[in-house]
Amino acid sequence: MTPSQTNPAPAAAEQSTVQPGADAPRVATRLCWSDHLGGWAARWGIRRMDYRVEPGLYRVGQPGGESPVLVTANYKLTFDAVRRELSGIDAWILVLDTKGVNVWCAAGKGTFGTQELIQRIAKTGLAKVVSHRRLILPQLGATGVAAPVVKAFCGFTVVWGPVLASDIPAFLSAGQSKTVPMRTIRFDWHDRLVLTPMELVQAAKWVPLGLALVAGMAAPFDAAWPCRASAFALVLIGAWPVGGLAFPMLLPWLPGRAFGLKGLVLGLAWVVGASLGSAALLAGSAAAGAALGLSMIGGLVASSLISLPVIVFLAMNFTGSSTFTNQTGATTEVKRGIPLLIASLGLGLLAGIVQLVLRLASGA
Amino acid sequence: MNSSTLAYLQNGQSLAIDPERCTACAVCLEVCPHNVLAIEARQAVIKRRELCMECGACQNNCPAKAISVKTGVGCVAAIVNGLLKGTAPSCDCGGDSGGKCC
Repeated sequence: MTPSQTNPAPAAAEQSTVQPGADAPRVATRLCWSDHLGGWAARWGIRRMDYRVEPGLYRVGQPGGESPVLVTANYKLTFDAVRRELSGIDAWILVLDTKGVNVWCAAGKGTFGTQELIQRIAKTGLAKVVSHRRLILPQLGATGVAAPVVKAFCGFTVVWGPVLASDIPAFLSAGQSKTVPMRTIRFDWHDRLVLTPMELVQAAKWVPLGLALVAGMAAPFDAAWPCRASAFALVLIGAWPVGGLAFPMLLPWLPGRAFGLKGLVLGLAWVVGASLGSAALLAGSAAAGAALGLSMIGGLVASSLISLPVIVFLAMNFTGSSTFTNQTGATTEVKRGIPLLIASLGLGLLAGIVQLVLRLASGA
Repeated sequence: MNSSTLAYLQNGQSLAIDPERCTACAVCLEVCPHNVLAIEARQAVIKRRELCMECGACQNNCPAKAISVKTGVGCVAAIVNGLLKGTAPSCDCGGDSGGKCC
């Protein structure tokens, strides 16, 4: 994609008459309803990978040659988080082409990187727009941008701004300096909560398969089928909200360091609790009395053995959304955990067949 | 529960500082999102290795090239992807590759 600012012919023609940077679009610091709606949709995975702004130079307020330059990614959720913090501030925003990915992930991939920054500075003619040679970068971009290389190649000094855009006003008013909290990444409950829609959406595609499994395991389709099916569904389909929503929210309080271990604790609590709960409900219901028995217990065990690895996998998968995991540890989790998950899944399916055969045989 | 001190397993094993090269400029403190490092006796030191996620920001920005760390994504999906495809761990996210994740 070619940003509008890079068209060389008119730029050259206007050079003598137009002030450098005058063609940079001005952006509002207040988000409108469509920004909020688009951001909400992106959180749910709707047009998420296509939620972008055009890379290039933007203006906030009435910036001049001495105004600060803030560098950010072209994921619109990121761009909006930056501009909404700049009310009453005159500044330039330099948007890098990160393919619609946020700063930290893009820095990890190298798209929020040294090369892209140097090229974007050249393409936008930033050196003519501002008289100073300082760029404020988000701290989490440091994984991708090497400040000494930027300095050597184009003379701009990188000032590492705060982790969060919401700290930009405080950072600027403190003479571009950071406190320890400003440079520390947190993973509070609301940080985790906003990630759960994506966790749920990504796992949702497996729900129909789970429902089909439950329906089959609860066969035959007699009067007690709804009782069995709902009991199995509670245990098995429950894995979806337990792994996708409850796990992220309970993360700091679950014991252990490995996400799989934390997930195992939560998963065991869920399958045991849900199995006992549904068995108690069935036992208390006269109509379903006939449904309780060896095959019913077998069905709950089978559902548990399938549900458990699903919860543990969703828990392990949350490493990718978290802010503090490393590759060595995650590899250990995969190598030790995945074989156990597959074994549990296999045992669960086997138990599902056995309980079905038992029930059909006793009914025949 | 302070969410800024959540620790994972096998953290920061590869992080090392060469005291011969370190000039105590403190850029590493400035870019570390987990407050792993500190300056003591004119030397950058590893204070909280258990919080290091090996993101590589310090290594990437050390002007004296005094820091080394083996970087990588701490993402189970990326590692499983890598094992299935026989490649290095890749989250295959976004961009124009058509994948979807971070």
